[in-house]
Amino acid sequence: MGKIEDLVTINGEGYQLTTLDKAIGLARANSVWPLPFATSCCGIEFMATMGSMYDMSRFGMERMSFTPRQADLLIVAGTISKKLGPVLKQVYEQMAEPKWVLSVGACASSGGIFDTYSVLQGIDRIIPVDVYVPGCPPRPEQIIDGVMNIHKLVKKESLRRRYSEEYKHLLKEYKIEVTNENND
Amino acid sequence: MTNEDIYKRISDHFSSYIIASDETFGILNIEINPNKNTEILQWLKEDSILQFSFLTNIAGIHYPDSTEREIAVVYQLHSWRNNSRLRLKAYLSIDNPTIDSIVHLYNGANWMERETFDFFGVNFKNHPDLRRILNEDSMDYFPMRKEHPLEDATREDKDDRFFGRF
Repeated sequence: MGKIEDLVTINGEGYQLTTLDKAIGLARANSVWPLPFATSCCGIEFMATMGSMYDMSRFGMERMSFTPRQADLLIVAGTISKKLGPVLKQVYEQMAEPKWVLSVGACASSGGIFDTYSVLQGIDRIIPVDVYVPGCPPRPEQIIDGVMNIHKLVKKESLRRRYSEEYKHLLKEYKIEVTNENND
Repeated sequence: MTNEDIYKRISDHFSSYIIASDETFGILNIEINPNKNTEILQWLKEDSILQFSFLTNIAGIHYPDSTEREIAVVYQLHSWRNNSRLRLKAYLSIDNPTIDSIVHLYNGANWMERETFDFFGVNFKNHPDLRRILNEDSMDYFPMRKEHPLEDATREDKDDRFFGRF
């Protein structure tokens, strides 16, 4: 096995101990399946990120999931109009837990330059966002930086987080139905 | 066929419906009585000489300062036969911006009238399906009217300092 970053282990002769949270977090973080929700120029930068020059498959992310059902990470890249908002929310709701959201670029994060009647002023008005990537549009390096921040979150996330009261409260604030009942 | 010929032909038939006319950028503009738009457009389409058989566009304009004539509906017509163009304007009051639909003359007017309704709130009487086309259905105002602010008034996450506005 190669070097395992951020994984605290107790090593002994013939055995290695860690916690289930960390082992599963490691497995999840290294095979995040992204769903690209690309609507404009940030989507073009995201395509460059997927290309051979920057090559997201280095992070175990070459498998784009063009259905929300098998996706772990929703990458929203581009301007989201108010009319598209319910579609984005439905895509988010269709994703299975655990799920993360990466907001790429100024438009997805805040509406960007479009202070106008037709543009949603940031996707965090309709779905919870884990990591924001600034830029108009951000360079592929910035998108990769955002993705690596997602990886850090995924690695450190407790297996119980999605059942926690805080998480349920968060979804309730966004009026998203909690499908994840506590089965501890 | 010159603009003078077109104007003469139209004014011979509808002199009482024409309110004003001028010429901008080589196109004849005629302001018509808003109650007679279907009659005029039907004649323009079917007239054997003019043959304005193609509706290029319908647009709305908001003139907030002209009382009782705040909303203009603009029809742009094209005659393939004569290769000539014509612009008709009908002014409506903002209190009741209602005009007859011309979908029965030009099928292409369907979405154009929906768009004009969507952005300017013009009610097209007898339109088969008058509802918003580009904006979300829940929108409760007409965004291209000048009385509405350009920016989203509900915005709270953007600091003016970061956008060069003080």
